[in-house]
Amino acid sequence: MTDVERNRVVTTVALERLDPRSRAAARGWSDLTIRNMFIIPTIVFLIVFNIFPLLYSLGYSFTDFRASVSAPANFVGLDNYQRLLSDPNIWRNFTVTAKYVIVSVGGQMIVGFGVALLLNRSFPFKGFVTTLLLLPMMMSMAVVGLFWKLLYDPSWGIINYALGLGRFDWLSNPDMALYAVAITDIWMWSPFVMLLSLAGLSAVPKHLYEAAAIDRASNWYTFTHITLPLVSPLLLIALIFRTMEAFKSFDLPFIMSGQPTTEVVAIRLYKMAFQEWQTGLSCALAYIMLIVVIAITNIYVKYLNRVKER
Amino acid sequence: MRMKLTGMLAGIGLALSSGTSVFAQELTIFWAEWDPANYLQELVNEYTAETGVTVRVETTPWADFQTKAFAEFNAHGDAYDLVVGDSQWLGAGSEGGHYVDLTEFFEEHKIAETFVPATVSAYAEYPKASGKYWAVPTEGDANGWAYRKDWFEDPEEMAAFKEKYGYDLDVPKDYKQLRDIAEFFHRPDEGRYGIALYTDNSYDGLIMGVEQTIFTYGGELGDYETFQVQEVTNSPENVEALEMYRELYEFTPPNWGKTFFLENNQAITEGLAAMSMNYFAFFPALANPATNPNADSTGYFVNPPGPTGAQHAALGGQGLSIVSYSQNQEEAFKFLEWFIQEDVQKKWAELGGYTCHAAVLESEEFRNATPFNEAFYQSMQIVKDFWAVPEYAELLTQMNNRVYPFVVGGEGTAKDALDGLAADWEETFKRYGRLK
Repeated sequence: MTDVERNRVVTTVALERLDPRSRAAARGWSDLTIRNMFIIPTIVFLIVFNIFPLLYSLGYSFTDFRASVSAPANFVGLDNYQRLLSDPNIWRNFTVTAKYVIVSVGGQMIVGFGVALLLNRSFPFKGFVTTLLLLPMMMSMAVVGLFWKLLYDPSWGIINYALGLGRFDWLSNPDMALYAVAITDIWMWSPFVMLLSLAGLSAVPKHLYEAAAIDRASNWYTFTHITLPLVSPLLLIALIFRTMEAFKSFDLPFIMSGQPTTEVVAIRLYKMAFQEWQTGLSCALAYIMLIVVIAITNIYVKYLNRVKER
Repeated sequence: MRMKLTGMLAGIGLALSSGTSVFAQELTIFWAEWDPANYLQELVNEYTAETGVTVRVETTPWADFQTKAFAEFNAHGDAYDLVVGDSQWLGAGSEGGHYVDLTEFFEEHKIAETFVPATVSAYAEYPKASGKYWAVPTEGDANGWAYRKDWFEDPEEMAAFKEKYGYDLDVPKDYKQLRDIAEFFHRPDEGRYGIALYTDNSYDGLIMGVEQTIFTYGGELGDYETFQVQEVTNSPENVEALEMYRELYEFTPPNWGKTFFLENNQAITEGLAAMSMNYFAFFPALANPATNPNADSTGYFVNPPGPTGAQHAALGGQGLSIVSYSQNQEEAFKFLEWFIQEDVQKKWAELGGYTCHAAVLESEEFRNATPFNEAFYQSMQIVKDFWAVPEYAELLTQMNNRVYPFVVGGEGTAKDALDGLAADWEETFKRYGRLK
């Protein structure tokens, strides 16, 4: 070993013995520099790609700007918001969305939690079965939508065949289309609720069940007084995530059905922004959607905190 | 070394200073992803061979076509030198400053005289009757019908039809016959249905089918010059036409609530329906035995007349415009000069493109080239189109919102739907200052 190599080894060993803060200092980087190296790119990214477009679109929401024409944007005050909130078609879109969120998320919570209860015990190939059940949520929304369109087909779809419904029309029937799309969403996203529920169920202390058994508590009593209260914080988190996602749903309703009864707000927003190029108006609608999502999430979060405090 | 570097920099500088002449060796045409775009690529390869200028036809799926084109226009991007745009885009393309004014080019090359007048008006002129032109008619298209000749010519079917309706089973001569034939062949128990219609409400599918019926019943969507819609959009003729479209929908195959050209071709290839509405641009697939097992027994006819004898077909097709943000406009004009020549248009037709060049279109050679070219030729004489104003997409959405629930869902009445539509359109035209 040459002197140079020996010196390098000695320096490396000495650096390794120092605590990380001093090590960085020895290399000439202060704590502040290292912290900034991680934080600044993230902040710049957020400002450029999130905050700036958010503020810019807020500005547009008060104008009559149309991206498809070269005319400048004129300030119109709250006209766009007033026009949207007095448009019966927009209210119909919000009603459709609310119905979709309730049916879809409600179904996912029931199915997901039910399956999690069934899986929360030992049986052969449990891991394999759990993995299989998780597959739907790993698929592409577009593929799922097209696939379920075939399943619902009145002529050759397997759903009518399996249920003995003859040529029952699911997606062309205005009364059924929304439920058909919601069933697909339930199939796809119940595994997500199941996963969170399983995590919650596995964290329930076993001794509570043993104590309940000693006290000869009924299964229902055990479920409502032990299982449900202890799993509910995780269930609420699943509820928040799924509600936010369902409220923004676009892919499945867009691909599966053209019915006005399945035109959720996100589809209306897409048409307004990218087919009709009503840029200012669509920005206002996007902000209304944002406010609704934030309001719903806040209600859930407050309830979640209350549940945690109990 | 320094000499070499200086030489290289001088070369680059010279290339940059000569601007368009160096980079114009390539032109990009933007179009939707379908067979005619492939035919156009084949055609323009000949231009490349003649001039050395590479012409690339860039495509995107239909569903994305309008969005992608206008996103590029709105950004004033120069990714495309030319675009084969829909007829409805003329208003947005011209008023938005996205298309180059071709009026002088039209006058110089007498395009309004050498191309079929209906196509010049539909694909090139905006505002209508203004004498201002923005596109060269490129892919003519109209909504026609395909039908199962073998079903129509079956002696047993013919006898049964005659007995039931009192006249011979043949290609429908009017909308009443169209309805009778659809009803006659509608046999869900046999997996056989009467008719395939457009019902897709995500863009202009349903609207094209409905407007064609409205025009044929002697109605109008509105006054295209004064923008008056009350008592025009909701006229008795239009109400009657919409009721007929709804009635025809009753004879479609199951799950026919969101269908467009793909499904309507499948109605014939899968042996589902006796008659199917579709644009002529999609009929080559029906005439090809490789894609249609019923190709030999598939016939074609022009949209039949309505009760008053009026006969019209919904316009499809596109015109070729120069994008005003293109860096290669000079070369693009040269390309258009080449494209409008009669022999090039003839070649375009031979490749499968639907030329709008009058001499080529009227030639016996063209009209007999395929089983559907004669019907196409006749249809192109009677085409009518939707509004071409910049806010056409809003008008489409409003019409879809009003008409779709009645046609597919059976909600309300045709009168209610059209009254609502007239009110929507009136409000829209007032908002854009077109109607006082």
